[in-house]
Amino acid sequence: MLKLLNPIMRLVEIPFLLVQKRLGIGMTAWLFLAPNLALFSLFTFLPIILNFSYATTGGEAILLRDRPDVGFQNFGNLLECENVLDPSSCRNDLFWRAVWNTVWFVVFQVGIMVIAALATAIVLNRKIRARGLFRGVFFFPVLLSPVVVALIWKWILQRNGLLNAGLESLGFETINWLIERHWAFFWSTFISIWAHMGFYTLILLAGLQAIPQDVYEAALMDRASPWRCFRRITLPLLSPTLLVVLVLALIKGVQTFDEIYAFTGGGPGSATTLIMQFIYETGFGVQPRLLGVAAAAAIMLAMVLIFLTALQFWINRKKVDG
Amino acid sequence: MARIVAFLTRTRAGKGRMDWTDWVTYGYLLFGIVLMFGPVAWLLLSSFKTGAELERFPPRLLPVAQDTLVVESYDEPLPLFKMIAGDQEGRTLAQIRRVGLIAQMVDPAEPETRLKVNVADREPIERIAFAWNNYTDLFERLNFPLYLWNSTAITLTATAIMLVINSMAAFALSKYKFRGKLTVLALVIGTLMVPGTVLLVPTFLLVSQFGMVNTLWGVIIPGAATPTGVFLLRQYMITIPDEILDAARMDSASEWKIFWRIIIPLSAPAIAVLAILAIMWRWNDFLWPLIVLSENDKFTLQLALNSFQGEFLTDWEKLLPATVLTLLPVAIVFMFLQKYIATGIASTGGK
Repeated sequence: MLKLLNPIMRLVEIPFLLVQKRLGIGMTAWLFLAPNLALFSLFTFLPIILNFSYATTGGEAILLRDRPDVGFQNFGNLLECENVLDPSSCRNDLFWRAVWNTVWFVVFQVGIMVIAALATAIVLNRKIRARGLFRGVFFFPVLLSPVVVALIWKWILQRNGLLNAGLESLGFETINWLIERHWAFFWSTFISIWAHMGFYTLILLAGLQAIPQDVYEAALMDRASPWRCFRRITLPLLSPTLLVVLVLALIKGVQTFDEIYAFTGGGPGSATTLIMQFIYETGFGVQPRLLGVAAAAAIMLAMVLIFLTALQFWINRKKVDG
Repeated sequence: MARIVAFLTRTRAGKGRMDWTDWVTYGYLLFGIVLMFGPVAWLLLSSFKTGAELERFPPRLLPVAQDTLVVESYDEPLPLFKMIAGDQEGRTLAQIRRVGLIAQMVDPAEPETRLKVNVADREPIERIAFAWNNYTDLFERLNFPLYLWNSTAITLTATAIMLVINSMAAFALSKYKFRGKLTVLALVIGTLMVPGTVLLVPTFLLVSQFGMVNTLWGVIIPGAATPTGVFLLRQYMITIPDEILDAARMDSASEWKIFWRIIIPLSAPAIAVLAILAIMWRWNDFLWPLIVLSENDKFTLQLALNSFQGEFLTDWEKLLPATVLTLLPVAIVFMFLQKYIATGIASTGGK
């Protein structure tokens, strides 16, 4: 199989040989970097700069030269508000609804998910049979695509679905889960936890396995209760890992889009519209396409994310130093 | 009996019985299996049900279909019923049509005489049957093969490009000393902090400037130079001893040969991990294809699945098998490569 590539490789070798002979080995390093760096500059560095150009220009045109300069109007459009806590009083009420939805979503999703992941990791770290199998069971949903996750649960929660059938057989009233706003929000949070918990469980499990066993044996000698062992040994020794997991989950939680968009489409109304969906719909989804407003919102989101990532780096550093 | 209980409740350490913490542990694990696998199993079972069965409330666990029979002088196969009361009790009849509470039936043995019966007096003859045609319909009547092709093409091409250029860059950043190396490294670390999701608008401009809107290349190219991939490979390549490279240079091997013949084979484990991750990222990718691809015939599987669900009416009969086929490759890969995926994802921080 690899033999087939030989002629191609000989062809690719030619520029490298030329550079090596004429300019020295140091320059071949740049040649190795070139393709990656070219795509990097084009689709990462350049967009970072262009994002600011879009955020300060208006109109519906895609080409920057067709876009009139509007200064900070796009930011003003988003931020103009009588009372930030009440989206209806804002000029762009959908933005603030999305912001508050995202805040609540992240609080519940990250909070519950980290606790559940910790519980699962502790259970998986015990002396149990078929640990590999069970680890796989909890990890499996991480690999599913967001759309598949959304559809699996939508099928269970639909009006004639499995959950309503179960409720009815127990004598309860059936509920239209995705039409009632509070339930829609609850299930959006739930499927997001369901889909991502396995990943954090895995990191916490690795953290648990790094705790030396003799600490527990010493505690067992002193007849410490399991709860006491957890409070006094597991939690303090796991706290650096727990902090990393928390920040990582926050970074991802704030950017949630796919599964919720496929699940509820942001509805009913705007009950489950998150900030990424606001950016997508403002810039690409609905007419008129307000690219400037979308870019301005993206920049504000980026600032939050950069703050969180810096926090993560800082914690990692402390973890290494400590 | 007591012995069986004793056997089942022995602990792994060999000493003592299960105490309450063990019961909680296994209870939790059982709950976990039901919660994590249950929904997927339900999807799988439901995908084999006929349209009528999907609408049934409350739903039944297994896919069931009513028996039908071709009766002389009727074009369509007729559904079969067993009479449980009334004049015809005990006979097996086929239904011609139903009007309100009265059904016109016929005995398959004597197709000339039509019988009128009360619908309450009969019971459908059913058996467990998997509606495979839900799946074959996807291929015969829908654009499913096209979406499958689009997804496969994007996934494979993007993964190949990413592996080649990322490993080249990782090689340069791990095995060479050159001016500007620190700057490049700092830039790569910097971009780790800015996720692609906040660069949608300007990236879309660039893609449209290159005329790649509504093309598969528009999905493939922008994400090819991931900082994560470069990092993962660089961390691995650093551990390859420099002496091997020096020995090869003594034998006057070119730098490209060193990369292709020595570094790549030695980094195979890391490259394999990155390949699995890349395939998964691309196969499951949603937001960027959603922005770039707006024409139906360019849709990936994920986009197609999303578009199958209408605003008011969702055609579950085709949506369910399509969902199963979309998660199938992931499930297969998972079964064989669970260990690598787990370690890979844990070491990269999941992108």
